[in-house]
Amino acid sequence: MTFIPKPKLHHPDLQKNALGFTRRDYEGPVSTLCAGCGHDSISAAIVKACFELDIAPHRVAKLSGIGCSSKTPTYFLGASHGFNSVHGRMPSVLTGANLANKDLIYLGVSGDGDSASIGLGQFAHSMRRGVNMVYIVENNGVYGLTKGQFSATSDKGAKSKRGVVNSDEAIDLVGMALQLGATFVGRSFSGDKAQLVPLIEAALKHEGAAFIDCISPCVAFNNHEGSTKSFDYVREHNAALNYLDVISGRSEITVDYAPGEVEMVTQHDGSTLKLRKLHPSYDVHDRVAALTYMQERAAMGEIVTGLLYVDPNPRDMHGYLKTVDRPLNELSDDALIPGGSALERLNASLR
Amino acid sequence: MLQQVDRVTPGAERLQRVNEFVVKFANVNGSGSASANALFAKTVLRMGVAVTPRNIFPSNIQGLPTWYEVRISEAGHLGARGGGVDLMVAMNPQTWDQDVQSIEPGGYLFYDNTKPMPASKFRDDIVVVGVPLTRMTNEAYSDPRQRQLFKNIVGLGALAALIDMDIPSIEQLLSEQFKGRDKLISANIQALHMGLDWVKQNLGDPIGLKMRKADVVGDRIFIDGNAAAALGAVYGGATVCAWYPITPSSSLAEAFQRYCSRYRVDKATGKNNFAIVQAEDELSSIGMVIGAAWNGARSFTATSGPGISLMQEFIGLAYFAEIPAVIFDVQRSGPSTGMPTRTQQTDITACAYASHGDTKHVLLIPEDPYECFEFGALAFDLADRLQTPIFVMLDLEIGMNERLTRPFNWDDSRKMDRGKVMTAADLDAGKKFGRYLDVDGDGIAYRTLPGTHPTKGAFFTRGTSKDAMARYSEEGADYQENMERLLKKHGTAAGLVPPAIERKADRPTKLGAIYYGSTSPAIVEADQMLAEQGIVLDLLRVRAFPFGPEVEAFIAAHDQVFVVEQNRDGQLRSLLINELEINPAKLTKVVHYDGTPITARFIAGGIAEKTKPSLKVAS
Repeated sequence: MTFIPKPKLHHPDLQKNALGFTRRDYEGPVSTLCAGCGHDSISAAIVKACFELDIAPHRVAKLSGIGCSSKTPTYFLGASHGFNSVHGRMPSVLTGANLANKDLIYLGVSGDGDSASIGLGQFAHSMRRGVNMVYIVENNGVYGLTKGQFSATSDKGAKSKRGVVNSDEAIDLVGMALQLGATFVGRSFSGDKAQLVPLIEAALKHEGAAFIDCISPCVAFNNHEGSTKSFDYVREHNAALNYLDVISGRSEITVDYAPGEVEMVTQHDGSTLKLRKLHPSYDVHDRVAALTYMQERAAMGEIVTGLLYVDPNPRDMHGYLKTVDRPLNELSDDALIPGGSALERLNASLR
Repeated sequence: MLQQVDRVTPGAERLQRVNEFVVKFANVNGSGSASANALFAKTVLRMGVAVTPRNIFPSNIQGLPTWYEVRISEAGHLGARGGGVDLMVAMNPQTWDQDVQSIEPGGYLFYDNTKPMPASKFRDDIVVVGVPLTRMTNEAYSDPRQRQLFKNIVGLGALAALIDMDIPSIEQLLSEQFKGRDKLISANIQALHMGLDWVKQNLGDPIGLKMRKADVVGDRIFIDGNAAAALGAVYGGATVCAWYPITPSSSLAEAFQRYCSRYRVDKATGKNNFAIVQAEDELSSIGMVIGAAWNGARSFTATSGPGISLMQEFIGLAYFAEIPAVIFDVQRSGPSTGMPTRTQQTDITACAYASHGDTKHVLLIPEDPYECFEFGALAFDLADRLQTPIFVMLDLEIGMNERLTRPFNWDDSRKMDRGKVMTAADLDAGKKFGRYLDVDGDGIAYRTLPGTHPTKGAFFTRGTSKDAMARYSEEGADYQENMERLLKKHGTAAGLVPPAIERKADRPTKLGAIYYGSTSPAIVEADQMLAEQGIVLDLLRVRAFPFGPEVEAFIAAHDQVFVVEQNRDGQLRSLLINELEINPAKLTKVVHYDGTPITARFIAGGIAEKTKPSLKVAS
């Protein structure tokens, strides 16, 4: 039995958001992951982001595949519907769910095994379809539940806990997402909440395919000397590109940075991203330059984090499919069934 | 002119038949013969005679041989007859020898004699009729494409003259086909008459097979099963279709697109009341269907055997997570390429027990396009009602051939049955919600849709590790309780699916035959042949799995029961033995599995051979 509900006792002074919910209302049962797991920090960041954005928990559908990362949706947003699907196939289930009801927020949580190995195809195709979603890969470079095998995002030359050196080239999901047309691409680190929370918020506000690769060290199997996904290694090599503040439409916008250091990006839903740039020349709207920059920095051993690319006016799958404004799962018999007389006319044409 | 003479051996009598024969067109794939062939079949229909065309085609776009076999039957037989062909229209040199060989003794060979053939290329027990189609079209047209296309129409004209087809019917069909394009109509009619006139001027009456107007078609319609199933999905309220192209199911998804464009575009906004996604593979297509169905949209995929294999893991998840997915399986002959363009009933056990773990699924098995429509629509109600995957089992024979079938009808008072879905109002009213609680004793629990209520009714969907409240649990007792409930639900399904239909013989008999799907018309015809030999059968057509009590009762009431199927292993027979604990000795397997449709003559032969002599009636 691994279900441990959290007591719903609130501190009376716990801060409430515009909907009257406290942060506790966005939590789930107690996590069963290892103490210190990076994934739990990401869950906490999701809780904080949804709380701060005043998202009604039941308007989020959270979906995952299989693996440690895919277990996490149980541990946040307890008032949301969740779906633990099959290994590597979360993107198709999420795509279908999105087709049925375009009005909910779709949060897909996956891991590096789930998305870069068994599910690489579904990852790729959900990006190219422009599914309106937030797709987070909790990337630890290792298979945790099966006790420490390399995953496809393990760097070439990285050493496993048992001392085996990985000889295969790593798959860079950020590069793939950029190439495949994702309209929001970011990378972050589970140990950098200041960067991660607003990045998730911005992704939740984005009305297209948003992808975040979040490096999330595995304390049990991939946090040792020689690993390139350990807390120490990522801290040392993290090259943050920018930090964000997400400002919803009604707030007053003030810019207190020198020109060149801050860029304001207004997304389609009216929210504004205040981008505090650490590399003034980097253009967050240039997909091609982003790819080049990422590869150059990776060759130098840097892990570039931050918002890497955003299209402020994305088109999503429903736009391509020209679906009606009303969610398909709400359409009535009248809208769906052509009726007996149409059938008689059809019969007549088939004689 | 060479070879226009009739040549009949003394040994074989020239076939003389009216409205009761088989014509086969041997063509080259991609030569534009399909529309002329279809025109031929539809003309028979317009003359009031039952017609059943069958496409026999390779896995190829252009160049390889294809055949179009047309059964014409005033007696109303729609199944494949079996045996040789009465009239072969041999337009493909590549298959000439084989085509000539397949003609019934005393039958007819129609061919293009522009280039003379040596005498060794014919048989002397058939009648050979040559018409110089290429020469005529080359003289009349200069454009190569026109020559090719009109040659088919000139050929149709010649054939129509030879077997007395109704020319105004053909002209009428051409006018309908090219409505609004008058030039094309007159050009086609001109080509038709070119063939017609040539036969009248140059030939006597060499062919003893004749058409005459009759009145056996009635109000029946002519449509293929894939299109009918797609229409069923429209009427069943499906809004999401995710699919991956695979023969012979692709035309089902394409027909859904076509019907949706006609019936499902919102008039005010021009936007679509549907979403169709061509997925990257079958794993993704079933994943999308499951996601959409979980979220309350009626959704389906269309596939064939290999797709079913790829979907196995997801099908299991849908079974255990209780998600109402609809899967149309247009069955074919096995994996890879080649035989897959041939028909079989080979996925019965694969679908009935699809996936890992203890699973049993609901199958609906239509016999013709009418039932493809009916079951296509019904599948969505059953899926929602039972919260489980529903398989609609077509095959290539039904799916990809136009078939004469009862007209579709729809009761406008019928509403979608969305099953047990708890609403925000229910939750606010204090109704207890547990996703896997069997509150009604039928094994079916209530579900909520994502986004229903701000604080109540949310649950986490996963495979088997859960308790009745959908909390994570690996307790053995929770698992077993859930599995027993799923079994109970399967029992509930047996009472909701279409029951088997019995066709009783006109006198008491201890012989029975069970069959399903596309075997239907051939076995009905075989039954008549067998009755003449003193083999009297009660027939039972199984239309669904799980089996209703009528199936067990039928078997109990007979001493020998033939199970007639189109697969090697007798898959339905295995299912009957396994599920109903029938003594295998009682069920005699009669199976046809060479990739062609089962024929009346095959069934009659197989049953006659295996009937216990003591059970025959003295005739």
